[in-house]
Amino acid sequence: MSTETTTTQARIRDVLRLHAHLTKDVDALDSSDDLYAAGMTSHASVTVMLACEDEWDVEFPQRMLTRTTFSSVDAIAAALAELGATS
Amino acid sequence: MTALTEGPTDATTGATTTAYAADLPDLDDLRALARTIAADHVAPYAAEVDRDGRFPHEGIDALRGAGLLGAMVPRELGGLGHDVEQAAVVVRELARACASTAMVLAMHHIQVACLVRHADTPALTAFTRRIAVEQLLVASATTEVGIGGDTRSSLCHVVLEGDRFELTKQAPVISYGEHADVVLATARRDADSAASDQVMVVCEREHISTTPISEWNTLGFRGTCSRGFTLVATGPADLVCQVPFAVVSSHTMVPVSHLLWASLWLGMAEEASWRAQRFVQKAARKQLGTTPPGAARLPDLIAARQQLAATVESQMTRYLAIADDPEATAGLDFAIGMNMLKVMASTQVVEIVNRAMLVCGIAGYREDTEFTLGRLLRDAHGAAVMVNNDRIAGNTAQLALVQRQR
Repeated sequence: MSTETTTTQARIRDVLRLHAHLTKDVDALDSSDDLYAAGMTSHASVTVMLACEDEWDVEFPQRMLTRTTFSSVDAIAAALAELGATS
Repeated sequence: MTALTEGPTDATTGATTTAYAADLPDLDDLRALARTIAADHVAPYAAEVDRDGRFPHEGIDALRGAGLLGAMVPRELGGLGHDVEQAAVVVRELARACASTAMVLAMHHIQVACLVRHADTPALTAFTRRIAVEQLLVASATTEVGIGGDTRSSLCHVVLEGDRFELTKQAPVISYGEHADVVLATARRDADSAASDQVMVVCEREHISTTPISEWNTLGFRGTCSRGFTLVATGPADLVCQVPFAVVSSHTMVPVSHLLWASLWLGMAEEASWRAQRFVQKAARKQLGTTPPGAARLPDLIAARQQLAATVESQMTRYLAIADDPEATAGLDFAIGMNMLKVMASTQVVEIVNRAMLVCGIAGYREDTEFTLGRLLRDAHGAAVMVNNDRIAGNTAQLALVQRQR
């Protein structure tokens, strides 16, 4: 795993810590763990989405605005990578 | 949807009900069937059902006899294989005679649609077959005391004991709970799950106890008998659907609910506006050569009716096109579309009944004329408050923050 990937994942976790309202500590989650199962509501996922857009200065296109895009740290990282937003 | 092209139901599938709806995939034929059932078994009891707040068992028995409780169950499981559009045609037509009867059927279909699409164990599939073969009536317990109407979170949770589940839920509303053969309840997956981590559980009548905790004495939809209950259920563990309820909700429950409800309200609006039109026509016959005063209101009324029908039908087409595509039905754009359908249709139905009342005047206001609109008006006001429009608008306002143009 490159340092860049690690950094992105760490920043995603920071966003989640602030906005996902998880029932457990985000660092206790594996990067593939289901965030919805960890207590993130669809309401909270909207805030996470907006926070990611602000953090990486990107805009998720309509086709990416689905439940699965924000279902795990890995999924969010993959979505950001697809938009060219790394590190 | 593929059922339309399939041959007659194989007798070995267990479809032993003499479903006279089975050979009527055509929408016009289904509408005619619903109209007959409505005239013979629904309309004659509608006023009494409303007045006494009693279950419309004549109508539901007739639907059962026609095989229509299995309408949305696939043919290979003994049902009629109807899609939402076919189900909606029947609901829309029944609503013209009795909104409560139509609502019971709509709510039943919503639960069945969820099972049909998301059943993930052989036991759940077998149960879905039983719904069609035995024409079981399915109710739901999605809301819970203490969570304020949000169906997407639960306090209660499933308890697994060996190969059995146990569940106790304080449900502020279980529509026709005392008349249903099955209750589909939502609950947290287990004791440690987050409030939003829910599953759907099939609770069979013979394994549940329901203790009433509230009455159902309301302005309208009085025949749905939507009392509150403490539901205590047990059953085989494989009747717990493991698919996250969040997925069931966004893919199926929300769109099917809003489409069937909107179709129901459309049926009520059509009935009110046609009563108004017939009222004016009757007046015109009495005073040949003059245009009755109410006639001037008819163009606007017809426009409103057409607009509502077009909205419902366009959203129906949209859903049918993507119903089998989990990504598309999970999309935010689609969720907003369905939310707005609910808000628009529930607002419009009141508006249309109001306009019809102005046309019919005192004949619409009275309870004892063929143009009476009182029950329709009272029922229409239920549309905005069941799954409150303000809650839906609030959700949509949040979704609008991230909706993107195509």
